Amino acid sequence: MSLILGQFMAPPTITLGVIAHARSGDKGNHANVGVIAYTHAGYEFLLEQLTPERVGRFFATLEPTRVERFELPRLCALNFLLLNALGGGASQSLRIDTQGKLLGTSVLELELPHPANLEAMRRTPN
Amino acid sequence: MACRIGNGAGFLGDQLAAPRQLAEAGALDYLTLEYLSELTLSILARVREKDPTSGYAGDFIDVLDDLRPVLARQRDLKIVTNAGGMNPAVCAKAAAGVLLEAGLGDERIGVVSGDDLASHIGRLQGAGCRFENLETGEPLDTDKHSVVSANAYLGARPIVDALAAGARFVITGRVADASLTVGPAMHEFGWAWDEWSRLAAASVAGHVIECGAQATGGLYRHWENLDLAHVGYPIAEVTADGGVAITKPPGTGGRVNRDTVIEQLLYEIGDPKHYLTPDVDLDFTTLEVNQAGVDRVTITHATGRPAPEDYKVSLAYRAGFATSGQLLVCGRDCVAKAKACGQMILDRVRQAGFELDDALVECLGAGQSAPGFLPPGELREVVLRVSVRDRRREAVERFSKEFAPLITSGPPGLAGYATGRGAVRGVFAYWPTLVPKSLVPARVEVRSAREWAAAELNLTNSNR
Repeated sequence: MSLILGQFMAPPTITLGVIAHARSGDKGNHANVGVIAYTHAGYEFLLEQLTPERVGRFFATLEPTRVERFELPRLCALNFLLLNALGGGASQSLRIDTQGKLLGTSVLELELPHPANLEAMRRTPN
Repeated sequence: MACRIGNGAGFLGDQLAAPRQLAEAGALDYLTLEYLSELTLSILARVREKDPTSGYAGDFIDVLDDLRPVLARQRDLKIVTNAGGMNPAVCAKAAAGVLLEAGLGDERIGVVSGDDLASHIGRLQGAGCRFENLETGEPLDTDKHSVVSANAYLGARPIVDALAAGARFVITGRVADASLTVGPAMHEFGWAWDEWSRLAAASVAGHVIECGAQATGGLYRHWENLDLAHVGYPIAEVTADGGVAITKPPGTGGRVNRDTVIEQLLYEIGDPKHYLTPDVDLDFTTLEVNQAGVDRVTITHATGRPAPEDYKVSLAYRAGFATSGQLLVCGRDCVAKAKACGQMILDRVRQAGFELDDALVECLGAGQSAPGFLPPGELREVVLRVSVRDRRREAVERFSKEFAPLITSGPPGLAGYATGRGAVRGVFAYWPTLVPKSLVPARVEVRSAREWAAAELNLTNSNR
């Protein structure tokens, strides 16, 4: 991309899935979404960028009443609790995804600003 | 010496062949089988209402039958399972029948019960337990809510008692999932009930393996090329000093790496500093997870605080009926057409005199099930899914009858009428609550399979 063209485009972004993986599940009518950065650099970036507000905006259509974030620095992971986001939970919810199973895949599409040191955040296959 | 505990089932409906494959190749000391979720318990409660000789995880009896050759060969292998569900003694009697046939009539079966509180709610309320809803603070009113099931999540102690009394098979009702692993570890190592870091370590191990293949490649982000069709089920190796390693049998599909284990550590947790089980208040934030070899991951530095004074209770009450139906909707305007069809169906239910309590129209394929899934181009095909819930069974049944008429009186480009209509199901709502441990004594009964098979059980199908 040329510099000149770049000036007319939106600021570059990445999707969360480039630097992290995730798993989600249910706790009654609440959903939890665990997000794990591939590297320490990625975790530092997520601490700053992946705020509960940003996650709450991303999942707004699920109408969570609140989003809480918990830090697990030794695992380079953040746990998000989306309160009352499952439309009633396992038995009562009318949605196809009664248990929030989709949310771990969904959250990886969340857009974040492009970090300067992106290469230090990518996964090394194991 | 490490104690090897493998978990061959993560829910009722999990792969029937997994327990045998795991036991044959896993060199296990203990095989655990986890069958219960909140929903499963209330379904089992309803099943027991209709037939007092049911209400447990029937899959376990088939699994046990399949395990007969392994049980004859590996005489030290023990099984700990919550297959008892709403009827652990009846489950034990059925299991005893299988063991007798296998010539294992002298083996001892321990039954753990006392978790089923449904017939004791009045008495417990009299003793001062208000069963306040953990989210709203509202006390339980059984006149307002028709209770289907109420089970305390017991801990590892009664499992240890059963093992200490010589049980080779321990069949429980509702016990916290992780306690199925904590029980064997406590029994093997004789830890004290206030060695919190050790209880925490065993609980972490239990948490990681309780959902079966979810620790070994199932649900893993990089699932491609892991041969999940032959996925190996997880094994936790616990040592006397509280060391934990997660692995799986050699030659099986799937993967145990740092990523799969951490993903599963985070599964269905809330505040990671306080993961509450009946055995310990466990802190996930001190954990260190390291790759220690191929398909081998260690978990160290577990810490815990004193266990809560109360048991968590899974209480379900009747909340009407629900069903859903699906149709394939094709064409250039498929999303708008699907939504119109959904409204047509609901409108006709209204014309029949039913104002439904709740209804939802979804267009599967249109990227609305969760954020981030919007397809880039124009859609030509979606699945219409309409779901409803109502207090009245007849209202929900009427709804399910309004799908077929769209064949002739709806728009063109629809298919799937033969399979579109779902069955009407009872809905349970949950009342998350607590009960003081002191009010809920666990019961442990250990007898030989021969005795269980001959036992005259006092069958009950009612909650009152």
